[in-house]
Amino acid sequence: MIHARFDLAYPGFTLDVDMRLPSRGVTALFGPSGSGKTTLLRCIAGLERAEGGLLRVQDEVWQEGGKFLDTHRRPLGYVFQEASLFPHLSVRRNLEYGWRRIAPEKRKVHLEQVVLLLGLRKLIDRKDPSGLSGGERQRVAIGRALLTSPSLLLMDEPLSALDSASKQEIFPYLERLHGELDIPVLYVSHALDEVARLADHLVLLEQGRVIASGTLSETLSRLDLPTAHLDDAGAVIEAKVAMHDEAYHLSRLDFSGGNLWVSKVERAAGTVMRARILARDVSVAIAAPHGSSIANILAARIDGIEDEGPDRVNLRLALGGECILLSRITRRSRDRLGLAVGMEVYAQVKSVALIA
Amino acid sequence: MDPAFSTADLSAIWLTCKLATVVTVILLLVGTPIAWWLARTRTWWKGAVGAVVALPIVLPPTVIGFYLLVAMGPNGPLGQLTQSAGLGVLPFTFAGLVVASVIYSLPFVVQPLQNAFEAIPERALETAATLRASALDTFFSVALPLARPGLLTAAVLGFAHTVGEFGVVLMIGGNIPDQTRVVSVQIYDHVEAMEYAQAHWLSAAMVLFSFVVLLLLYTLNPTGRRK
Repeated sequence: MIHARFDLAYPGFTLDVDMRLPSRGVTALFGPSGSGKTTLLRCIAGLERAEGGLLRVQDEVWQEGGKFLDTHRRPLGYVFQEASLFPHLSVRRNLEYGWRRIAPEKRKVHLEQVVLLLGLRKLIDRKDPSGLSGGERQRVAIGRALLTSPSLLLMDEPLSALDSASKQEIFPYLERLHGELDIPVLYVSHALDEVARLADHLVLLEQGRVIASGTLSETLSRLDLPTAHLDDAGAVIEAKVAMHDEAYHLSRLDFSGGNLWVSKVERAAGTVMRARILARDVSVAIAAPHGSSIANILAARIDGIEDEGPDRVNLRLALGGECILLSRITRRSRDRLGLAVGMEVYAQVKSVALIA
Repeated sequence: MDPAFSTADLSAIWLTCKLATVVTVILLLVGTPIAWWLARTRTWWKGAVGAVVALPIVLPPTVIGFYLLVAMGPNGPLGQLTQSAGLGVLPFTFAGLVVASVIYSLPFVVQPLQNAFEAIPERALETAATLRASALDTFFSVALPLARPGLLTAAVLGFAHTVGEFGVVLMIGGNIPDQTRVVSVQIYDHVEAMEYAQAHWLSAAMVLFSFVVLLLLYTLNPTGRRK
């Protein structure tokens, strides 16, 4: 458990946060710019000093009352927006910088492990880090942070300074990190797709306050939060690869609320994957559709309806087994179909994005 | 024809090199923490400290020399201190010359260092802190290496400026062979004695030396940016 309470006021900005976060998995701090995500992360790192704040990580007190652990005494890793490699050190020296500074018995993460995990084999013998691409630099920076064997890894929009090609290059590494190392991560982001891919837990920040905190799928499926109004609003579902249809090159994913057919994934049956279904890719029908090209049609019950601008509404659709989908349709369709909370409908899923 | 440099000339050259070397070493040791502090602090009296350090740039050397002479004299505060420490009084000694030169050349070392330190992004220091480096550790493992061009500039300027000083030397050190008679004073003596040939040789040597030093500075450190 991580307990953080900070109260900070600058001219034109206040941070007023009291939150408890799981000390496992990836927790995303999500919000628009200026919402205080980075300031909060800096307070947790001790780079910003919020007088009177409180911070406990697992059983350790990092800040409380008069006690304030200096940044270099906190067992954390920090990945900044830009990679901030030391230009006067070789790639290897950069990686080893923090590793050399911790007691040998505390070195739980090893160089070889990080090299494998982040694909650094070809980079490690480079003399000058300034010759690396943006994505490579960020991988080295992540490795450097991991090599301090942190009990908490803080990542401040580590992908936002990268072009989309570098982002795609680095995603698989981040996902592996998530799977292979048991280090809790606080991940600051303002990009919903990153959050949907990486996070297990989601904290929404607005104007320096926490407006929601919960598991990723729970939080993303709420209609009353700003995330529901984003263009790429949508639900995240954990599903298991059930079977492959070689003839049509498709795979079937099963989850508690039904199943989804998707383009064939190169994963063994039984693998759990995360499926992201955008609200704008889900339409509804009041009778079981006939003669539709849409392969994925799921029985659902309308669980909530909220206006989305003057012309559209967001629907919350409950599938079986507590699975939720969001759907964005026009207001006219809602009225024409007479949609109301509690109605049984069919959700037609046009597109599914698979993650990990 | 006489040899280009007389024994007295050579002795003056040797003394000048010795003085400049000792002064440069002390300046780097003293100037680096001052420059670091000036570059990092946010106190309101930073400006005052910066101005005091920079004073030797604008003041006539005779003014500095005069005040130092008074301060280091038997009744001055520095003089009292050195006497009670059993060191005697400093004016007209090599040690006195060192003290005066350090003060006189301080801005030429502090300012390039301060500029170099200020150019280091805050982010680099924060990164070091998140990688378990204490403030002192960060200074030596990140700040100093990143400020290396500035360090080089500071050392060269401190050395060269000490070699080139005259007014302060005359006020504090006078003109004692092997003690305080440096090249600039020796040239003055030659001219006073109408020994223009000797004055020419020494002066030309100074011109050449200064040129080589500046050339080194500009070629080794073209824009302050490392390759």
